[in-house]
Amino acid sequence: MSIIEIKDLHKTYNENTVPVHAVNGIDLQIEEGEFTAIVGPSGCGKTTFLNMVGGLDLSTSGSVKIDGQDIAELSSRQLIDFRLNHIGFVFQAYNLIPVLTAMENVAFIMELQGEKKTLREGRAKDLLEQVGIGDKINRRPKELSEGQQQRVAVARALASKPKFILADEPTANLDSQSTGDLLDMMAELNKKLNITFLFATHDQRVIDRARRVITLTDGMISSDERKI
Amino acid sequence: MSLMNIKISWKNVWRNKLRSFIIILAIAVGLFGGIFTNAFFVGMLDQRINAVIGNETANLQLHHPSFLLDESINNGMPDIISIFKKIKTVDGVKGISFRINETGMASTAESNTGVMINGIDPELEKEVTKIHEKLYEGEYLNTSSQIPILIGKKLSEKLNTDLGDKIILSMADGDGEVVYAAFKVRGIYNTNNDMFDGVHVFVLKDKLQQLLKTPPNYATEIAISMEDDQLTLKAKEDIKALFQADVDQKEIIVQDWREIDPSLNLMIQSMDTFAWFFIIIILIALAFGIVNTMIMVVMERTRELGMLMAIGMNKRRVFSMILWETVFLSSVGAVIGLVFSAIVIGYLGKVGLDLSLFGKGMNALGFDTIIYLKSSIEFYITVASLVFITAIIASIFPARQALKLQPAEAVRD
Repeated sequence: MSIIEIKDLHKTYNENTVPVHAVNGIDLQIEEGEFTAIVGPSGCGKTTFLNMVGGLDLSTSGSVKIDGQDIAELSSRQLIDFRLNHIGFVFQAYNLIPVLTAMENVAFIMELQGEKKTLREGRAKDLLEQVGIGDKINRRPKELSEGQQQRVAVARALASKPKFILADEPTANLDSQSTGDLLDMMAELNKKLNITFLFATHDQRVIDRARRVITLTDGMISSDERKI
Repeated sequence: MSLMNIKISWKNVWRNKLRSFIIILAIAVGLFGGIFTNAFFVGMLDQRINAVIGNETANLQLHHPSFLLDESINNGMPDIISIFKKIKTVDGVKGISFRINETGMASTAESNTGVMINGIDPELEKEVTKIHEKLYEGEYLNTSSQIPILIGKKLSEKLNTDLGDKIILSMADGDGEVVYAAFKVRGIYNTNNDMFDGVHVFVLKDKLQQLLKTPPNYATEIAISMEDDQLTLKAKEDIKALFQADVDQKEIIVQDWREIDPSLNLMIQSMDTFAWFFIIIILIALAFGIVNTMIMVVMERTRELGMLMAIGMNKRRVFSMILWETVFLSSVGAVIGLVFSAIVIGYLGKVGLDLSLFGKGMNALGFDTIIYLKSSIEFYITVASLVFITAIIASIFPARQALKLQPAEAVRD
């Protein structure tokens, strides 16, 4: 079964005045273990599409099913819980809580899920080691580089044991070295742990690493290329 | 309750140290202002009450009801010795004094003025009021002196009279005849209450009774002092019960100092209301400041809040995070304000606040010029609780603004 099933997805703004079809009929399935990039020019609907897949925005029509659950059937409270337990997020910026350490940021997700303190801390340490910053667990975000902060964000996204991770332009604020390191780490996690990644990106380096590249144009899929 | 949430809230208070410091200072100063003002008025009023009880009315008084309408020498109480014996049995009674009160005129070669003439037994009076401790010059009344009179400093200024000078008192006796008598100023007292000091003179009760031809064992006023003012109201009921027949037949009326000086009682009630009104005004002003600060906080952290809601922080947690941050911010200010208030009020409660600059005006109204500030633990606790409640109320609007954020829009760059 696909982790994500999207059927005839539409998102229209200003329906009553001058309608803007940000997403204009998308059908898509994402399987477990995919490392997929959603690409396209600015304004093509990538972020809008990703927001709907992540349950951050409601569609005008169509459906998004995650692990068999149509997210439109969930109340707003259920949707928050669903995101917490099924989806990991990595944003372009402002990913981390500035007043918490790296370990506390990762443990925070598990605390939201109701995990016990000792379990949270142990697992947070493990995840931070997996993403390559096990020696900086007690540093606050302002004491970490942008690349290191994104690594913590990935560790936090993994902490909730999600079905997949949505990453919206995760490399936009990073230099080349940091981008390369981040992508290597994500690819490693994808390979070793079969974690599903879905990127919205302009970054060619991400596109090059992706095993599937879906191009959006004017809110529709214009190409869907799987690399061998 | 999420400890992590509370930890985040506490740490968020210190993210913008300057802004937090300003609002904390505003809360501390506002609270200090309110508490100081309250302590000032409580202290001032407390001193006034003590002065009234200690120098003027005592805790309780007994009169014939007619005396309250017409302060004639004929409207007194006979058989005061047996009254004395009965009252002595009441719990908490410290002293009992008999007085003959008569309005009259005091005259010297240079001036004259209306006075209230109080005929007292000096030794009994010492147990009831503290006039003997308020001597400015000379000595207290004693039976060894001939025709002694004790006058107030204000009266001595009015009449331009000093120790050893003669004063002529004129008054109406029991038959309505005007009688005159010369008295020698043996002592001048000063209670810092010009209204009292300018009017009340004290002479020996026996001498006054001779002049006014009242029967022996007679008084127009019986004043009672208590070990503790807290016992006054119970003692009043006990005394009423002892003299129930006389009370019922309107031969005796028992009053506490609040009834004797209703303007003071009104002042107490007004001050209390005013003090709380003042505190609430301050808290309302502080609430607006807190709301303003927290709205800025929410607006600055739109992306952060959007991210938190996106990753799965539910509305209840977002709300409580803002609420706790507001409470912590307010509480730090409150603690500083309360501690500073306690130190200042504690100090001024011991050394007093010297307002001699306004001395004349204050004495004219019956108040001391050195005010010993006074506050209570209960007041501090109540103020602290009100600050906490204000913080909670003030957090509602900013927290609701945070909940209105849409994660998808909020996280966008």
